[in-house]
Amino acid sequence: MKLYSTTAKDVELALQNPSGNLDSLLALLSPAAMPYIEPMAQQAVQLTRKRFGANIGLFLPLYLSNLCANECDYCGFSMSNKVKRKTLNSDELTAEIAIIKQRGFDSILLVSGEHETKVGMGYFESVLPLVSKAFNYVAMEVQPLETEQYQHLGKLGVDAVMVYQETYRPQTYAKHHTRGKKQDFVYRLDTPDRVAKAGIDKIGLGVLLGLDDWRLDALLMGYHLDYLEKTYWRNRYSISLPRLRPCTGGISPKVELTDAGLVQLICAFRLFNPQLEISLSTRELPSLRDNLLPLGITHMSAGSSTQPGGYMAPDSQLDQFEISDNRPAEQVIIQMRRRGLNPVWKDWEMGWNND
Amino acid sequence: MLTIADHQFSSRLFTGTGKFSDHNTMLQAINSSGSQLVTLAMKRIDLTRGHDNLLGPLQSMGVKLLPNTAGARNAKEAIFAAELAYEMLGTKWIKLEIHPDPKYLMPDPIETLIAAQQLCEQGYIVMPYVHADPVLCRRLEEVGCAAVMPLGSPIGSNQGLATETFLRIIIEQASIPVIIDAGIGAPSQACRAMEMGAAAVLVNTAIASSAYPQQMAKCFADAVATGRQAYLAGLGAVNHHADATSPLTGFLTEASINSLTQSVNIKEG
Repeated sequence: MKLYSTTAKDVELALQNPSGNLDSLLALLSPAAMPYIEPMAQQAVQLTRKRFGANIGLFLPLYLSNLCANECDYCGFSMSNKVKRKTLNSDELTAEIAIIKQRGFDSILLVSGEHETKVGMGYFESVLPLVSKAFNYVAMEVQPLETEQYQHLGKLGVDAVMVYQETYRPQTYAKHHTRGKKQDFVYRLDTPDRVAKAGIDKIGLGVLLGLDDWRLDALLMGYHLDYLEKTYWRNRYSISLPRLRPCTGGISPKVELTDAGLVQLICAFRLFNPQLEISLSTRELPSLRDNLLPLGITHMSAGSSTQPGGYMAPDSQLDQFEISDNRPAEQVIIQMRRRGLNPVWKDWEMGWNND
Repeated sequence: MLTIADHQFSSRLFTGTGKFSDHNTMLQAINSSGSQLVTLAMKRIDLTRGHDNLLGPLQSMGVKLLPNTAGARNAKEAIFAAELAYEMLGTKWIKLEIHPDPKYLMPDPIETLIAAQQLCEQGYIVMPYVHADPVLCRRLEEVGCAAVMPLGSPIGSNQGLATETFLRIIIEQASIPVIIDAGIGAPSQACRAMEMGAAAVLVNTAIASSAYPQQMAKCFADAVATGRQAYLAGLGAVNHHADATSPLTGFLTEASINSLTQSVNIKEG
């Protein structure tokens, strides 16, 4: 495989011309690039500061429901897991919104398990007016939908849709998704196209790093991103880089992504795509998050809860995954400022979306 | 003095508020730049909470605020942003920015012209950010824009005056101020723009992303002032061929020239 036969010379060439060049992305993601992580980081910092300045956008996830009709062997929401299930009603949602607003966040990521009948369009239609009234930027991470449904969500105030492919290798995908509609690899793969055709502003891609060889999955995500950017040039794109950690969710990574590998990955994507938004998860430990921040990250959550109702009742044990950075937003911001970075709470005006 | 609409500016360096590490650094840089016109993005302004509140300190500095419509993807969104700016800030000055392309942030000329016309009709002081397109700049002047803001190179690229050939035409033709916006990455480039006859330059990334923004802002202020003085003084003509210090016809003595003249007279006689 070319990814593993790349030489130091290929990497040096890639460092000369990384922007928009898929061959360069391959070289920068390869094991041969590992001795070049420092020069990659130097370039990544410069490109990020030039494009985004010192700004880091802040958001919080708001979990609407942990109901799910899929079986995925890495996720706490899987339907066979014996956990208490909950879907927020409008009162509970209002209470969650009030807490998040009080903390100063203006950008929200709505998350739910994938349960079409109980947490489908009808439910989204009922909750979105409450959410879009409160926040200037609304992103969603829910089950894949049809183009018309995304259009409708856009009218209800949704600005961004995150849909993570988890892995780009069909055989691996089939192995980890054993029940439910999420088994349809191609339907999920085509989702960003439907989101773009619906005119949604931002599209988020992601892989669960470690389900398969993370270098290969990341490269395939790069190809996907490249295709989308060339086809739907008006959209903005973001990527998320969650790591599958050993012993989390009961399965072990096929190829473990080390901290150094994560740095290589972030820098490779920044060099490949200077305008790409890169989001950093609270799955990572505080010290690592602080050190990763300047390298290419543009958005992060802080003080997150990954359970429905978790801001009101933090210990209800309904989490999707365990958070490694439990610091409140204020502490994260102190670290951010120490590194010369500027937290951005508001970066959009929802009124602009009105018809 | 530079006059735009009914306002006079003694500084021809305009600055932005984005990309700084914190508000103090930004305020110190603006102060050091001597800028009297500062742009700020409407999508960032939040009057409901304390976060991101740039307005108070900026207003206390006495600079004129130029809200911009950055983030708007079409005329409708930009007009909404302008109306919002008027409602929130009480100013009808607006920097019109419409870029549907998030990669290079290239301005959309068609939507920009549509929005500019409507906003001018509504009494706004419209300063549109555009590509260095001489015809578009004329059209924008026709619909009543107070100034045009053509790009030197892509936003935030620090590539300088890549569009110089077209900027020269725009400056030559315009009856309204031409402000070079976007791409200026070094004081020398700002100086060059001013030498060419630009009315002003707008610089943000080059100052904000410098290791020492305050110091860089002062360098830009000096460069802009120097460039303007050079323009007013009149740059020497540029020759594309050499004035030889030892002319090729230097061997011709006065006597030989006289005899040549006499021979011409004899023939004519």
